[in-house]
Amino acid sequence: MWEVIGALCPCCLLWILSFGVQASCLTILFCVLGCVLAEAGWELIRKQPITVRDGSAVMTGILLALNVPPNAAWWMALLGGFVAIIIGKQVFGGLGCNPFNPALVGRTVLLISFPVQMTTWVMPRTHEITSATPLSAVKMAVGLHGNITPEVQAQLSGVFYGGLGGQLGVLSALALIAGGCWLIYRKIITWHIPASFIGSAFVLSSIFWLVDSSKYPSPLFHMVTGGLMLGAFFMATDWVTSPLTPKGMVVFGIGCGVLTVLIRLFGGYPEGVAFSILLMNSATPIIDRLTMPRKFGAMPKKFGLVTKKG
Amino acid sequence: MQVQQVKERSKAFVNLFRQHKGMNMELKTFKGGLHPPDNKRWSEKKAIEVCPVAEGDELVIHLSQHIGAPAEACVQKGDKVLKGQVIGTPKGFVSVPIHASTSGEVIAVEPRLDTAGNKTMAVVIKADGKDEWDPNLSGADPDKLMPQELKDRILAAGIVGMGGATFPTHVKLSPPEGKKIDYLILNGVECEPYLTADDRLMQEKPEEVVEGILILKRILGVEKAVIGIEANKPTAIETMQKACEGKGIEVCPLQLKYPQGAEKQLIYAVTGREVPSGGLPMDCGCVVQNVGTAAAVNAAVRRGIPLIERIATVSGSAVAEPKNLLIKIGQPISKLVEFCGGVKGELGKIIQGGPMMGMAAVSMDVPVTRGTSGILLFSEGEVIRAPEGPCVRCGNCVRACPAFIMPTEIAFQMRRGKVDEAEKLNVMDCIECGSCTYICPAQIPLLQFFRQAKSAIRANIAKRKKV
Ligand code: SF4
Ligand code: SF4
Repeated sequence: MWEVIGALCPCCLLWILSFGVQASCLTILFCVLGCVLAEAGWELIRKQPITVRDGSAVMTGILLALNVPPNAAWWMALLGGFVAIIIGKQVFGGLGCNPFNPALVGRTVLLISFPVQMTTWVMPRTHEITSATPLSAVKMAVGLHGNITPEVQAQLSGVFYGGLGGQLGVLSALALIAGGCWLIYRKIITWHIPASFIGSAFVLSSIFWLVDSSKYPSPLFHMVTGGLMLGAFFMATDWVTSPLTPKGMVVFGIGCGVLTVLIRLFGGYPEGVAFSILLMNSATPIIDRLTMPRKFGAMPKKFGLVTKKG
Repeated sequence: MQVQQVKERSKAFVNLFRQHKGMNMELKTFKGGLHPPDNKRWSEKKAIEVCPVAEGDELVIHLSQHIGAPAEACVQKGDKVLKGQVIGTPKGFVSVPIHASTSGEVIAVEPRLDTAGNKTMAVVIKADGKDEWDPNLSGADPDKLMPQELKDRILAAGIVGMGGATFPTHVKLSPPEGKKIDYLILNGVECEPYLTADDRLMQEKPEEVVEGILILKRILGVEKAVIGIEANKPTAIETMQKACEGKGIEVCPLQLKYPQGAEKQLIYAVTGREVPSGGLPMDCGCVVQNVGTAAAVNAAVRRGIPLIERIATVSGSAVAEPKNLLIKIGQPISKLVEFCGGVKGELGKIIQGGPMMGMAAVSMDVPVTRGTSGILLFSEGEVIRAPEGPCVRCGNCVRACPAFIMPTEIAFQMRRGKVDEAEKLNVMDCIECGSCTYICPAQIPLLQFFRQAKSAIRANIAKRKKV
């Protein structure tokens, strides 16, 4: 777990530098504090061994922090942490038993309870308040005018360089990819989920973009906005809530990617990464069942002999 | 020292690179498995040395050193025995005779402690130091004998699988009517970390192995014989290739991966065949024998020498000077360790066999057996495992399992006491290689659950049969 936290560091650093040291440090601090206190408190009350040292609560806290606006109120961060650990994890029996990614549970509860605060992000560097993330800007424009208006289009081009509210653009995507690759290299996660998640999202969004580029944003835009990279490398790959077999992981990743794009383009919310991962989390047990490996020695028989290739 | 370290690091790095680049791909292998550090460098360059038996030494020779029915003692306290003389006669087909490893006097026939800590029947011999052979033992020319006669000689010599499984060799060489065998596979993989006994054998006595293989080929009447050797033993591969030239035996280098030497995985790697679930190697036309067994077969047939000694590696962090030894069956572990310079530092754990599949020995006083491929001593600090945590569903065990079953799910069902659920999840196909336990980040003793499950299921099946 500590290694995953290490892999998140470049992204956190970028986050802190862009959104102002004070605000974002406090958010991260309170999210982590909320998670750690909740975990320790719960285990204290239930007289279980305290498992804070395994790092999973800290990790949940950091992931949650990267999912809430840096200018969020401190009590929101704290509350999010509590919800993530208690409702997202401990009620199911603690580490290893939770069906849903705790950080995403925390974020979703916050999003539903405080929709305004959760979608009010500051501009990176300038730190001005803005109410629209690029994804919601697109959504609103399409909703109001039927297509992506030129003004929005102009704004979007800034996305890549981190010019729009709540987004760090390419830089943060690169930081996340670097962290993710480190995790793959260290064999903490495998490539299956990130590759199939990002790949399927890219393919599906390309199709829509090719069909009507005035209405649907480009696949590259999808790649660098919202929490796609964060979700693909750090949240969908959560051991506990993703399938066990490589085959299952690919199914899971594709499901996440497709759902993300569909929710972004047609759903009620501008961002779909969190919901799609949660949805696929709920499908994990069934994916595991269906992709159970074929046991050794159960190949189709041929002439009484079992052979590798035909 | 530092130069050495840098060298090792860079070697490891190059290996890693190769694996990633798929340069290793031409080498045959199986699916699943893992790469534990092989730690063979401690002993791989050490020539085999004889671990001596002095006058007055006590040898404890257990009557059950093989899979199957234990032998029955045919000597009594006070008898004088000669080296190679039969001291236990087999009972039933799946059983083998037991022989005296040296000459001397029988001082007891009684239950003695074995590796696992159980008391089982054993013949205790006090060596007279003369190491005098039984004059009745004689060799023969294998080309003049019928397959059945060869098998009789193998049985009489008490030969069992020497890789550690100790299944009687004559049984393995007697496929039932109607089973066609077309492949003889020799296991020189030695995929267990630390162990280098087979490696040394192939380097030092390749002719013994080759002659043994020719005898085995004759018995089975097969055309194809292949020796599988893991790629980390280049000298052994080269030596065997030279020795096999023109003999109709092929050497097949295999990718470095654990458990490459597991029977089913080896067959798959070499032939591409899968032993059917629940079946035996002969069900896909193969017979697998260890290279050590082949050498023992040769000695038994040509020289009439029974299985009274074997090669074993003594290694591990708590051994002063790791070595490869020619040991006599019945010598206590302590003697071997003493010959290797004694214990270094705090002794934490003694393992008989390899670190992955071997068995923890209860004390230094238990004797070595026909299946002892190694004695490993680990220091205190090394054996401490982090406390067991909950399964975090990382899937490592699933990806590593060479039997393609789902260790975590089975362990989950076993925790709930659902043996029948475990059976449905194919726990019976577990080959007990320990890969899952090794790779589990939560330190869950997975294999332990499967051993329990398997014995429970076997008991159930036996019960059902009775009713
Ligand atoms: S389940 Fe059995 S066969 Fe599979 S890795 Fe574990 S010990 Fe090996
Ligand atoms: S390796 Fe251990 S923690 Fe990972 S899935 Fe298997 S049992 Fe669970």
